[in-house]
Amino acid sequence: MTRTFTALETAGAWVLGFLWALPLAYAVWTAFHPSEFSTHFVPTAPLSLENFVKAWAAAPFARYFVNTIVLVTMILAAQLVLCTMAAYAFARFTFRGREIAFLLVLVQLMIMPDVLIVENYRTMSRLGILDSLLAIGLPYMASAFGIFLLRQTFKTVPKELDEAARVEGAGPLEILWKVYVPLARPVYIAYALVSVSYHWNNFLWPLIVTNSVNSRPLTVGLQVFSSGDQGVDWSIITAATLMTSGPLLIAFLLFQRQFVQSFMRAGIR
Amino acid sequence: MHGWLLLLPAAVLLVTFTHYPTVATLYHSFFSTSKPGRPTAWIGLDNYRNMVEDPVFWQVLANNLWYALATIPLSIALAILMAVWVNGKIPGRGLLRLSFFTPTVLPMIAVANIWLFFYTPGYGLLEQVTGLFGLPSHNWLGSRNTALGCLVIVTVWKEAGFFMIFYLAALQSISPHLTEAASLMGAGRWYFFRRVTFPLLMPTTLFVLVNAVINSFRLVDHIVVMTKGGPDNTTALLLYYIYDVGFKFWDSGYAAALTLVLLVILAAFAMGQFLFLDRRVHYQ
Repeated sequence: MTRTFTALETAGAWVLGFLWALPLAYAVWTAFHPSEFSTHFVPTAPLSLENFVKAWAAAPFARYFVNTIVLVTMILAAQLVLCTMAAYAFARFTFRGREIAFLLVLVQLMIMPDVLIVENYRTMSRLGILDSLLAIGLPYMASAFGIFLLRQTFKTVPKELDEAARVEGAGPLEILWKVYVPLARPVYIAYALVSVSYHWNNFLWPLIVTNSVNSRPLTVGLQVFSSGDQGVDWSIITAATLMTSGPLLIAFLLFQRQFVQSFMRAGIR
Repeated sequence: MHGWLLLLPAAVLLVTFTHYPTVATLYHSFFSTSKPGRPTAWIGLDNYRNMVEDPVFWQVLANNLWYALATIPLSIALAILMAVWVNGKIPGRGLLRLSFFTPTVLPMIAVANIWLFFYTPGYGLLEQVTGLFGLPSHNWLGSRNTALGCLVIVTVWKEAGFFMIFYLAALQSISPHLTEAASLMGAGRWYFFRRVTFPLLMPTTLFVLVNAVINSFRLVDHIVVMTKGGPDNTTALLLYYIYDVGFKFWDSGYAAALTLVLLVILAAFAMGQFLFLDRRVHYQ
């Protein structure tokens, strides 16, 4: 009885696993074979990189890659600095209005920049920075999520360490840099992975604020490419799709454990 | 003093891009949209009056509700199932975990492209499979009855693996003594899951639920790629409609009013979570 049940369960798990892998496997098949095989699944179909070559030549993907990399780096750098400072303030300083300020920060967990597109577009247009990487990144640089995560981490640092450093004559910023930041390293790594994959994948806001090759990130570039002229065939679009998510996907396959742990660590609060 | 100085840079950005736009949304929703020769003017509640009479608005709201009601329970149930399987001694555990989690790291836009191909009438994989069973060809994304369902499947596919890892972490923190004790006392697996595991997973479920609700109102990338809200607005969600009104019809006054509705929904949900759910869930 239990044995058949276990066998059934294993089968169920495998069916689900297979279904889950299917769309991606299908995309990989299509991208790596000549287009006449895109819907013919014969094991003898020749492998080819031609679709990738064609996709790469058909749109300025090199520029899009540079844009995305610059964007993601810029956002992450700003987030790390701003969130660290703010989290330190909330964790270890007492000042008037701290509790209210913290509640106001948490508002962003519910009302994310993703839904404030109309007003933020107006602001960017007033600042005169529409169609720039800065405009894509600015709304995300002060991240409530990052502040919250680091504040929780800093609070677990023993006060004695802090005091010992102070006795030795270290100033607040020096203490932050020499005591808190090193102790929070795993949290920084987790946050960085989550932030990079979020902004590598972000689409709607970049779509709205950009309208030229110079500022389009990969996601928007991919959309412009695949919805563009009718002549593009599916094999090439699929190749472009895999190409744009490639670096992240490869990084994930190589560092699977770190990815899963980071997403987990950043999620559980 | 030091505290405020440290906080200042982040606070300036937060106020500029979160708090100010929230308030400005309310303010601008009382104004008409400027047109050539006609600057914006105070029109009171006119935008809201138009909204109440706008059939598309009500349809979009209903779509979003159905979308949330379908994606959230489905992805949570599947996430729990996946986590229980992957946590047990199942053969091929690593591969299964990989298969379930991979959609999470892909951009939604890439996912949407892949699924668009999957659903393509005539030669997409889905059609090929249904063709094998002799079923007639069907335009899955192009017909009113199936389009939203197709999007629900894409979302569940993308999100279930993400939620799985939180359940996996929670399951691993449940003491093995509990399982031993239960099996000694002859409790069945289903009984044990229902009476012990599931209640212990409650905090995780709350966390996942909050995320799922926010996502169902926040993420519309796949709609831009797959259906553009069609056919006949059957797949337009609230944020997508805001995008349409604000950046295709350039009606920023009406878009502000629509955004306010979205903000009210999110705020109401935050309040509800704060006042109601937090008390009912017990934390260790």
